[in-house]
Amino acid sequence: MESKKYLDDISEIKNMMNKSSRFISLSGLSGVMAGIYALGGAWLAHSKISADRMSAYSDLSEMETILQERELTIELLMIAGGVLVLALGTGILLSIRKAKREGEKIWNHSSKRLVINFFIPLLAGGLFSIAMLQYGYLSLVAPATLVFYGLACVNASKYTYGDVRYLGIANIVLGLIATQFVGYGLFFWAMGFGVLHILYGTLMYYRYDRAKQD
Amino acid sequence: MSIIDNINKAFDHRIRLGIMSVLMVNDYADFNMLKELLGATDGNLASHTKALEKAAYIKVEKQFIGRKPNTRYTATKSGKEAFKKHIDALERLIGK
Repeated sequence: MESKKYLDDISEIKNMMNKSSRFISLSGLSGVMAGIYALGGAWLAHSKISADRMSAYSDLSEMETILQERELTIELLMIAGGVLVLALGTGILLSIRKAKREGEKIWNHSSKRLVINFFIPLLAGGLFSIAMLQYGYLSLVAPATLVFYGLACVNASKYTYGDVRYLGIANIVLGLIATQFVGYGLFFWAMGFGVLHILYGTLMYYRYDRAKQD
Repeated sequence: MSIIDNINKAFDHRIRLGIMSVLMVNDYADFNMLKELLGATDGNLASHTKALEKAAYIKVEKQFIGRKPNTRYTATKSGKEAFKKHIDALERLIGK
Protein backbone atom coordinates (compact mmCIF):
# COMPACT_ATOMS: atom_id res chain seq x y z
CA MET A 1 0.00 0.00 0.00
CA GLU A 2 2.87 2.31 0.89
CA SER A 3 4.49 1.97 -2.49
CA LYS A 4 1.25 3.10 -4.14
CA LYS A 5 1.59 6.39 -2.26
CA TYR A 6 5.20 6.79 -3.40
CA LEU A 7 4.14 6.14 -6.96
CA ASP A 8 1.43 8.80 -6.65
CA ASP A 9 3.99 11.21 -5.25
CA ILE A 10 6.35 10.65 -8.17
CA SER A 11 3.62 11.14 -10.74
CA GLU A 12 2.44 14.27 -8.93
CA ILE A 13 5.98 15.66 -9.05
CA LYS A 14 6.28 14.94 -12.77
CA ASN A 15 2.85 16.38 -13.46
CA MET A 16 3.59 19.60 -11.56
CA MET A 17 6.98 20.05 -13.19
CA ASN A 18 5.44 19.68 -16.63
CA LYS A 19 2.35 21.72 -15.96
CA SER A 20 4.24 24.61 -14.44
CA SER A 21 6.94 24.89 -17.07
CA ARG A 22 5.40 23.70 -20.31
CA PHE A 23 2.27 24.46 -22.23
CA ILE A 24 0.86 21.04 -23.04
CA SER A 25 -2.47 21.90 -24.60
CA LEU A 26 -0.87 22.48 -27.99
CA SER A 27 -2.99 20.55 -30.44
CA GLY A 28 -1.39 18.12 -32.87
CA LEU A 29 -4.26 18.51 -35.29
CA SER A 30 -3.47 22.21 -35.67
CA GLY A 31 -0.03 21.19 -37.00
CA VAL A 32 -1.68 19.07 -39.66
CA MET A 33 -4.05 21.91 -40.57
CA ALA A 34 -1.14 24.40 -40.77
CA GLY A 35 0.58 22.01 -43.17
CA ILE A 36 -2.50 21.74 -45.36
CA TYR A 37 -2.89 25.54 -45.49
CA ALA A 38 0.77 25.88 -46.40
CA LEU A 39 0.45 23.36 -49.25
CA GLY A 40 -2.66 25.19 -50.47
CA GLY A 41 -0.81 28.49 -50.28
CA ALA A 42 2.20 27.06 -52.11
CA TRP A 43 -0.03 25.74 -54.86
CA LEU A 44 -1.74 29.12 -55.21
CA ALA A 45 1.62 30.90 -55.27
CA HIS A 46 2.90 28.47 -57.87
CA SER A 47 -0.04 29.13 -60.19
CA LYS A 48 0.37 32.90 -59.77
CA ILE A 49 4.06 32.71 -60.60
CA SER A 50 3.52 30.54 -63.67
CA ALA A 51 0.78 32.86 -64.89
CA ASP A 52 3.20 35.74 -64.43
CA ARG A 53 5.97 33.95 -66.36
CA MET A 54 3.58 33.22 -69.21
CA SER A 55 2.71 36.84 -69.64
CA ALA A 56 6.39 37.77 -69.52
CA TYR A 57 6.74 36.46 -73.07
CA SER A 58 4.14 38.80 -74.43
CA ASP A 59 5.51 42.21 -75.26
CA LEU A 60 4.97 44.52 -72.36
CA SER A 61 6.71 47.80 -71.89
CA GLU A 62 9.40 47.98 -69.20
CA MET A 63 7.06 49.99 -67.03
CA GLU A 64 4.35 47.38 -67.28
CA THR A 65 6.76 44.58 -66.39
CA ILE A 66 7.91 46.39 -63.28
CA LEU A 67 4.34 47.03 -62.24
CA GLN A 68 3.44 43.41 -62.79
CA GLU A 69 6.41 42.20 -60.72
CA ARG A 70 5.37 44.47 -57.91
CA GLU A 71 1.82 43.19 -58.11
CA LEU A 72 3.06 39.60 -57.97
CA THR A 73 5.20 40.32 -54.92
CA ILE A 74 2.20 41.82 -53.14
CA GLU A 75 0.04 38.85 -54.10
CA LEU A 76 2.63 36.40 -52.81
CA LEU A 77 2.95 38.35 -49.57
CA MET A 78 -0.80 38.24 -49.16
CA ILE A 79 -0.86 34.49 -49.72
CA ALA A 80 1.91 34.01 -47.15
CA GLY A 81 0.10 36.29 -44.70
CA GLY A 82 -3.17 34.45 -45.28
CA VAL A 83 -1.54 31.09 -44.59
CA LEU A 84 0.03 32.45 -41.41
CA VAL A 85 -3.24 33.92 -40.11
CA LEU A 86 -5.22 30.77 -40.92
CA ALA A 87 -2.60 28.49 -39.35
CA LEU A 88 -2.29 30.58 -36.19
CA GLY A 89 -6.08 30.98 -35.93
CA THR A 90 -6.67 27.24 -36.21
CA GLY A 91 -3.84 26.51 -33.80
CA ILE A 92 -5.26 28.89 -31.19
CA LEU A 93 -8.81 27.59 -31.62
CA LEU A 94 -7.87 23.92 -31.40
CA SER A 95 -5.60 24.55 -28.42
CA ILE A 96 -8.40 26.37 -26.60
CA ARG A 97 -10.64 23.39 -27.25
CA LYS A 98 -8.02 20.95 -26.02
CA ALA A 99 -7.31 23.04 -22.92
CA LYS A 100 -11.01 23.17 -22.09
CA ARG A 101 -11.36 19.43 -22.48
CA GLU A 102 -8.47 18.88 -20.10
CA GLY A 103 -9.70 21.49 -17.66
CA GLU A 104 -6.65 23.71 -18.14
CA LYS A 105 -6.52 27.45 -18.52
CA ILE A 106 -5.47 28.58 -21.96
CA TRP A 107 -3.89 31.91 -21.05
CA ASN A 108 -1.61 31.09 -18.15
CA HIS A 109 2.02 31.80 -17.46
CA SER A 110 3.23 28.80 -19.46
CA SER A 111 1.28 29.69 -22.59
CA LYS A 112 2.42 33.31 -22.25
CA ARG A 113 6.02 32.19 -22.03
CA LEU A 114 5.57 29.91 -25.02
CA VAL A 115 4.07 32.67 -27.17
CA ILE A 116 6.75 35.22 -26.24
CA ASN A 117 9.63 32.85 -26.91
CA PHE A 118 8.13 31.59 -30.15
CA PHE A 119 7.52 35.06 -31.53
CA ILE A 120 10.93 36.60 -30.81
CA PRO A 121 12.77 34.68 -33.58
CA LEU A 122 9.65 34.58 -35.76
CA LEU A 123 9.09 38.33 -35.70
CA ALA A 124 12.77 39.01 -36.28
CA GLY A 125 12.65 36.61 -39.23
CA GLY A 126 9.51 38.16 -40.64
CA LEU A 127 10.95 41.68 -40.55
CA PHE A 128 14.26 40.45 -41.93
CA SER A 129 12.46 38.74 -44.82
CA ILE A 130 10.53 41.91 -45.62
CA ALA A 131 13.84 43.79 -45.70
CA MET A 132 15.19 41.18 -48.14
CA LEU A 133 12.16 41.69 -50.34
CA GLN A 134 12.75 45.43 -50.11
CA TYR A 135 16.27 45.07 -51.52
CA GLY A 136 15.31 42.40 -54.01
CA TYR A 137 17.02 39.35 -52.51
CA LEU A 138 14.03 37.30 -53.52
CA SER A 139 15.87 34.00 -53.79
CA LEU A 140 16.82 34.05 -50.12
CA VAL A 141 13.36 34.83 -48.73
CA ALA A 142 12.11 31.23 -48.67
CA PRO A 143 15.29 29.83 -47.04
CA ALA A 144 15.30 32.67 -44.50
CA THR A 145 11.69 32.12 -43.47
CA LEU A 146 12.41 28.40 -43.01
CA VAL A 147 15.54 29.02 -40.93
CA PHE A 148 13.89 31.64 -38.72
CA TYR A 149 10.78 29.51 -38.28
CA GLY A 150 13.00 26.59 -37.31
CA LEU A 151 14.80 28.77 -34.75
CA ALA A 152 11.42 29.86 -33.36
CA CYS A 153 10.42 26.21 -32.93
CA VAL A 154 13.70 25.28 -31.25
CA ASN A 155 13.30 28.23 -28.89
CA ALA A 156 9.65 27.43 -28.16
CA SER A 157 10.36 23.73 -27.54
CA LYS A 158 11.63 24.55 -24.06
CA TYR A 159 8.14 25.69 -23.15
CA THR A 160 5.96 23.02 -24.73
CA TYR A 161 6.41 19.45 -26.00
CA GLY A 162 10.12 18.82 -26.46
CA ASP A 163 9.43 17.26 -29.84
CA VAL A 164 8.88 20.71 -31.36
CA ARG A 165 12.66 20.98 -31.21
CA TYR A 166 13.05 18.34 -33.94
CA LEU A 167 10.52 20.06 -36.16
CA GLY A 168 12.62 23.21 -35.70
CA ILE A 169 15.91 21.52 -36.50
CA ALA A 170 14.42 19.89 -39.60
CA ASN A 171 13.21 23.29 -40.81
CA ILE A 172 16.60 24.92 -40.18
CA VAL A 173 18.40 22.18 -42.13
CA LEU A 174 15.87 22.41 -44.95
CA GLY A 175 16.25 26.20 -45.06
CA LEU A 176 20.04 25.95 -45.24
CA ILE A 177 19.86 23.36 -48.03
CA ALA A 178 17.42 25.64 -49.85
CA THR A 179 20.05 28.42 -49.99
CA GLN A 180 21.96 26.25 -52.48
CA PHE A 181 18.97 25.64 -54.75
CA VAL A 182 17.97 29.07 -55.93
CA GLY A 183 14.69 29.00 -57.84
CA TYR A 184 13.29 26.10 -55.84
CA GLY A 185 12.25 28.27 -52.91
CA LEU A 186 8.61 27.43 -53.23
CA PHE A 187 9.34 23.70 -53.32
CA PHE A 188 11.37 23.88 -50.10
CA TRP A 189 8.76 26.13 -48.58
CA ALA A 190 6.05 23.56 -49.32
CA MET A 191 8.28 20.81 -47.90
CA GLY A 192 9.03 22.69 -44.68
CA PHE A 193 5.78 24.39 -43.87
CA GLY A 194 3.56 21.83 -45.58
CA VAL A 195 4.94 18.31 -45.45
CA LEU A 196 6.94 18.63 -42.21
CA HIS A 197 3.97 20.15 -40.40
CA ILE A 198 1.63 17.40 -41.53
CA LEU A 199 4.13 14.71 -40.50
CA TYR A 200 4.84 16.33 -37.17
CA GLY A 201 1.18 17.12 -36.44
CA THR A 202 0.12 13.55 -37.17
CA LEU A 203 2.83 12.20 -34.90
CA MET A 204 1.80 14.57 -32.09
CA TYR A 205 -1.85 13.76 -32.59
CA TYR A 206 -1.31 10.06 -32.14
CA ARG A 207 1.16 10.47 -29.33
CA TYR A 208 -0.61 13.02 -27.12
CA ASP A 209 -4.15 13.84 -28.27
CA ARG A 210 -5.60 10.49 -29.20
CA ALA A 211 -4.27 8.70 -26.14
CA LYS A 212 -6.04 11.16 -23.86
CA GLN A 213 -9.37 10.95 -25.63
CA ASP A 214 -9.64 7.21 -25.22
CA MET B 1 20.22 2.51 7.39
CA SER B 2 17.04 1.94 5.41
CA ILE B 3 15.99 4.02 2.44
CA ILE B 4 12.94 5.18 4.34
CA ASP B 5 15.30 7.47 6.23
CA ASN B 6 15.81 9.47 3.05
CA ILE B 7 12.12 10.19 2.74
CA ASN B 8 11.84 13.77 3.83
CA LYS B 9 8.92 14.46 6.13
CA ALA B 10 8.88 18.11 5.03
CA PHE B 11 7.75 16.99 1.57
CA ASP B 12 5.24 14.47 2.78
CA HIS B 13 2.20 16.42 1.68
CA ARG B 14 0.67 16.96 -1.74
CA ILE B 15 0.79 20.78 -1.58
CA ARG B 16 4.38 20.95 -0.32
CA LEU B 17 5.43 18.36 -2.89
CA GLY B 18 3.74 20.50 -5.55
CA ILE B 19 5.38 23.74 -4.42
CA MET B 20 8.83 22.17 -4.56
CA SER B 21 8.16 20.54 -7.96
CA VAL B 22 7.15 23.89 -9.44
CA LEU B 23 10.17 25.66 -7.96
CA MET B 24 12.59 22.99 -9.22
CA VAL B 25 11.80 23.79 -12.85
CA ASN B 26 10.97 27.50 -12.59
CA ASP B 27 13.30 30.28 -11.47
CA TYR B 28 10.51 31.59 -9.30
CA ALA B 29 6.76 31.39 -8.82
CA ASP B 30 4.41 33.90 -7.28
CA PHE B 31 1.60 33.18 -4.88
CA ASN B 32 -1.20 33.24 -7.45
CA MET B 33 0.65 31.01 -9.87
CA LEU B 34 1.14 28.40 -7.14
CA LYS B 35 -2.46 28.75 -6.05
CA GLU B 36 -3.72 28.18 -9.58
CA LEU B 37 -1.40 25.25 -10.27
CA LEU B 38 -2.01 23.45 -7.01
CA GLY B 39 -5.66 24.28 -6.59
CA ALA B 40 -5.11 25.36 -2.99
CA THR B 41 -6.86 28.00 -0.91
CA ASP B 42 -4.99 31.11 0.28
CA GLY B 43 -4.73 29.96 3.88
CA ASN B 44 -3.74 26.45 2.97
CA LEU B 45 -1.01 27.54 0.59
CA ALA B 46 0.29 30.15 3.03
CA SER B 47 0.72 27.63 5.82
CA HIS B 48 2.61 25.20 3.57
CA THR B 49 4.91 27.85 2.15
CA LYS B 50 5.61 28.98 5.69
CA ALA B 51 6.58 25.45 6.69
CA LEU B 52 8.97 25.17 3.75
CA GLU B 53 10.38 28.61 4.46
CA LYS B 54 11.07 27.61 8.05
CA ALA B 55 13.02 24.59 6.83
CA ALA B 56 15.00 27.04 4.62
CA TYR B 57 13.97 25.10 1.52
CA ILE B 58 12.36 28.10 -0.12
CA LYS B 59 12.99 31.83 -0.05
CA VAL B 60 10.19 34.39 0.10
CA GLU B 61 10.43 37.83 -1.42
CA LYS B 62 7.73 40.39 -0.99
CA GLN B 63 7.59 43.26 -3.40
CA PHE B 64 5.20 45.59 -5.13
CA ILE B 65 4.22 45.39 -8.77
CA GLY B 66 2.71 48.81 -9.27
CA ARG B 67 0.49 49.09 -6.21
CA LYS B 68 -0.23 45.40 -5.87
CA PRO B 69 1.74 43.42 -3.33
CA ASN B 70 3.37 40.39 -4.86
CA THR B 71 4.95 37.44 -3.10
CA ARG B 72 7.58 35.56 -4.96
CA TYR B 73 9.00 32.17 -4.03
CA THR B 74 12.29 30.61 -5.06
CA ALA B 75 13.84 27.30 -4.05
CA THR B 76 17.06 27.60 -2.07
CA LYS B 77 20.12 25.54 -2.90
CA SER B 78 19.60 23.32 0.11
CA GLY B 79 15.91 23.00 -0.77
CA LYS B 80 16.77 21.76 -4.26
CA GLU B 81 19.29 19.28 -2.90
CA ALA B 82 16.88 17.99 -0.27
CA PHE B 83 14.13 17.60 -2.84
CA LYS B 84 16.42 15.73 -5.22
CA LYS B 85 17.31 13.35 -2.42
CA HIS B 86 13.62 12.91 -1.71
CA ILE B 87 12.85 12.06 -5.35
CA ASP B 88 15.75 9.58 -5.44
CA ALA B 89 14.43 7.89 -2.32
CA LEU B 90 10.92 7.67 -3.77
CA GLU B 91 12.25 6.19 -6.99
CA ARG B 92 14.29 3.59 -5.18
CA LEU B 93 11.31 2.65 -3.05
CA ILE B 94 9.07 1.96 -6.02
CA GLY B 95 11.94 0.34 -7.89
CA LYS B 96 11.88 -2.47 -5.32
